[in-house]
Amino acid sequence: MKQVHVDVAVIGGGPAGLAASLAARKEGAERVLIIERNTELGGILQQCIHHGFGLHRFKEELTGPEYAQRFIDFIKETDIEVMLETMVLEVTPERKIYAVNSESGMLEIHAKSIVLAMGCRERTRGALRIPGGRPAGVYSAGTAQRYVNIDGYVPGKKAVILGSGDIGLIMARRFTLEGAKVEAVVEVLPYAAGLTRNVVQCLEDYDIPLYLQSTVIEIHGNKRIEAVTIAQVDEKWNPIPGTERKIECDTLLLSVGLVPENELSSQAGVAIDPITNGPLVDDAMMTNLPGIFACGNVLHVHDLVDNVSKESERAGMYAGRYALGKSSEKARRIKVQAGENIRYVVPHEVSSEEPVEFFMRVQRPQDDVALDVGGLRRIRKTSVRPSEMLDVKITPEQLQSLEGDTLVIQIVEQ
Amino acid sequence: MKVTDKQTLTAQVVIVGGGIIGTATARELSRYNVDVLLLEAEAEVGWGTTKANSGIVHGGFHEEPGTLKAKYCFPGNQMYPQLCEELDVCFKQNGILMVGRTPEEMETVQEYYKRGTERGVKLQLLSKEELLEQEPNLDPELAGALYAPEGGSVMPFELAAALMENAVQNGVRYEVNAKVIGAWAEGGKKYLETAEKVIEADYVINAAGLFSDDLARMFGDDYFSIRPRKGEEYIFDLSVKDMVKSTIFPVPGKISKGILVIPTAAGNLMMGPTGDNVDEKEDLGTSQDGFNRVFDGAKSLVPGLDPRKIIAQFAGVRAASDRGDFIVELSPNVPGLVHLAGIESPGLTAAPAIAADVPRLLREAGLELEEKEDFNPRRSGVIRFHTLSREEQDKLVQEDPSFGRIICRCESITEGEIVDAIHRGARTLDGIKFRVRAGAGRCQGGFCQPFITQILSRELGIPVTQVTKAGPGSEQVKYEAKELSEQEVL
Amino acid sequence: MLKHITCTVCPMSCNVELTLGEDNEILSLTGNKCARGKAYATSEHLHPERTLTSIVKAKGGMHPVLPVRTNKPIPKDKLKEGMQVVSKVEAQAPIKMGDVIVADFLGLGVDLVATRDL
Repeated sequence: MKQVHVDVAVIGGGPAGLAASLAARKEGAERVLIIERNTELGGILQQCIHHGFGLHRFKEELTGPEYAQRFIDFIKETDIEVMLETMVLEVTPERKIYAVNSESGMLEIHAKSIVLAMGCRERTRGALRIPGGRPAGVYSAGTAQRYVNIDGYVPGKKAVILGSGDIGLIMARRFTLEGAKVEAVVEVLPYAAGLTRNVVQCLEDYDIPLYLQSTVIEIHGNKRIEAVTIAQVDEKWNPIPGTERKIECDTLLLSVGLVPENELSSQAGVAIDPITNGPLVDDAMMTNLPGIFACGNVLHVHDLVDNVSKESERAGMYAGRYALGKSSEKARRIKVQAGENIRYVVPHEVSSEEPVEFFMRVQRPQDDVALDVGGLRRIRKTSVRPSEMLDVKITPEQLQSLEGDTLVIQIVEQ
Repeated sequence: MKVTDKQTLTAQVVIVGGGIIGTATARELSRYNVDVLLLEAEAEVGWGTTKANSGIVHGGFHEEPGTLKAKYCFPGNQMYPQLCEELDVCFKQNGILMVGRTPEEMETVQEYYKRGTERGVKLQLLSKEELLEQEPNLDPELAGALYAPEGGSVMPFELAAALMENAVQNGVRYEVNAKVIGAWAEGGKKYLETAEKVIEADYVINAAGLFSDDLARMFGDDYFSIRPRKGEEYIFDLSVKDMVKSTIFPVPGKISKGILVIPTAAGNLMMGPTGDNVDEKEDLGTSQDGFNRVFDGAKSLVPGLDPRKIIAQFAGVRAASDRGDFIVELSPNVPGLVHLAGIESPGLTAAPAIAADVPRLLREAGLELEEKEDFNPRRSGVIRFHTLSREEQDKLVQEDPSFGRIICRCESITEGEIVDAIHRGARTLDGIKFRVRAGAGRCQGGFCQPFITQILSRELGIPVTQVTKAGPGSEQVKYEAKELSEQEVL
Repeated sequence: MLKHITCTVCPMSCNVELTLGEDNEILSLTGNKCARGKAYATSEHLHPERTLTSIVKAKGGMHPVLPVRTNKPIPKDKLKEGMQVVSKVEAQAPIKMGDVIVADFLGLGVDLVATRDL
């Protein structure tokens, strides 16, 4: 078995892994390795060919592949090593990685620090338990996106989309532009789950109907999907009898949420937050296992790739520092707690020695409120939406003024 | 003979139906010097009731004495270890527990203990304490159990495919997408008509499962009928696989064995099945009501089951007969026609024993059977990458680099295994999924489906737009980019 | 005449109501909570523009299609015509991100460019 020794091993070459590896190298770690399972770097960005990425980061609107290409070009200017088509099979708490590719066979990689950047996967029909048959023609939206944008195939020509998350909305436009008809987008919530801009530019521009407080209650067809039955739902998401209607279609796309991919992490013994489904991390983005860090969608599902890059640079920097033996035990530990109308906050624990940026999501939409950070900072918000992540920076000085060892972040009335 | 311009084939014995009964029979007959052809209506064997079977190899204590179910179930159970070893198929002998809750139920458990031991089944009665020590996640209110250590689980589709493969190794021919649309007897011969061919046979074995009554009727036998009964099953993520070790049965009701919690041979926990009479033989839909009943039943056995960990659901239809028992017999009206029908639970367990009895029936019908000297009971072994040690995996990739490309990341299935499955007969995405489990994991093929589609296209030499999920009509992607937009933009 | 435009500048998603005159001119504009909303609604009414992103067929690369975009937004009512052109174009690898695939797209003075290397 081939032995490899590195300072920092980054698992995943999507936006999180790219930013983390660059930051680790910049921090001074000498051997930085990206392990990527796909044939190219960039991760899921390569199939997100629509624009709207990078407004914060690069002050212009890029497409997914363009955003990825900028980081890939940065990587090319460094001596960061990249292993493509390489699958990590196991991570140990002692920071040993078993990975396999067809060129080298099994690799045993010894890393001084590891950054977990494996991203997330889509929720499936099975997880939703949509009743009915099991015909062909039912895809998660991202799978259909790959078929269309990378492989060059259009799954069908009459589609219904369940879920108004951004991928669902974007795919409604992609199907339409490729000559398929999108009969409906169906959303269980009373509001669109994705960005308003996408509702306008992907649905309204093409007269695609959006049915709110509705869901698919049955899939028809044995070989290929022939139709779906949709129905309105009550506040507990139960279908309301009498509101059913059948829509003929040959394709059903599911855009019903993303789940961080933490099977490798859990196997290694990384503690997982049941709300985010991602690791518990401290202000250095380090998990409960010393020297193992996490960032990007494996940590929590982000709204903007710009935020992924920012968060991953922190993880990469601290992973680099750890590999160089420069990290020290923190004297003080402050628990971070999600308060009123906050679903979760990352990181979960902070010291008062480092500046920290908190990322969080609210549970429900509210207007004209303020975000209160343990009484240390209060920021006015004209509106908060579950679909849009909030972030706030706190200085060590502010943290030092905190009394007690719990920091509550909450939404308060103005 | 009827006049037709269809291509004509002949065979001494034609088996209609490539489910577990048909494939086990094909493999059994491949021991003899006889010319056998199997016809399967679907794109692959094992595609009907077999595919959706719970996969339980029953202990052999359930069946009422004097029934054919009793005659074949326990002997079938006893054949499984050797059969699976010969075919290199996973047999997980994790035991079966029938648990009782009330004093009355415990009396019933005692009766089953008596029934089973009388026919030679190894059984053990467990007290409440022993039960909970063996299975700590069961409902602590349970009173005790009957334990059958020789029960277990297989993957039924894998087994059917392996039986067919071994039968083919030993000279059996088979055709898929060959639904029988007409059948008749004439001049001592029997004729079977498919969309493309007419097959002339000396003997016909009716193993057509849900459609066995339709086939019998074509020959003029209308003395039994199939009463389709649907079962819904729900599969959990691998992360909760260790909640129970053995398959957990409640004390059975009048019609079915009840809702079970099943550690499948694939590793996932599964709960089900329902047992609902349906009108349509191909009604494979699941329902909210079915889920509610399954979950309530399973939760009463294993209270900690979490519905959020469910990754997939499916339904199958049992080919139960109006006789309430198996039908394993020669047609009283058509010489040389054998009915293997009404094979509902415990049909999978009984299959090897039923198949082993078919030579007797054929001899009774006048066929001379002579054992071959060169019968090879062993199927060439399947490589399962994820079960190997790191060193073995390394060695394998050095020998064949295609095992270094992981295609299904949830189940760690390599390109090498997928290509091998295609060479062994897989033709569809479901065929790959059921053979090697690529796409059967928690992402349900979300990531690997586009790659498997490409591999099938390449290996079968067909365009991607002709790759199907489960046979003609279930094409995975229908159009090439720009094919639609050139005609009807916006 | 009344017209509603949902502002997409921020998550507030203000529903801006425009009162239009006979020549489609804006007589009044209400419902926006800030100046950016007014600017957005005005421009969205008078000359709505969109960036077109799609794929074209490609030969000789690692994938059979190439993602492309217009390098500037184009009038919204030109999207359909634009897709008709896009569906007939075929690119030839090697391609660098930013390479012009169709110059002066639809005569609008913008280019259709590749958005990745291939």
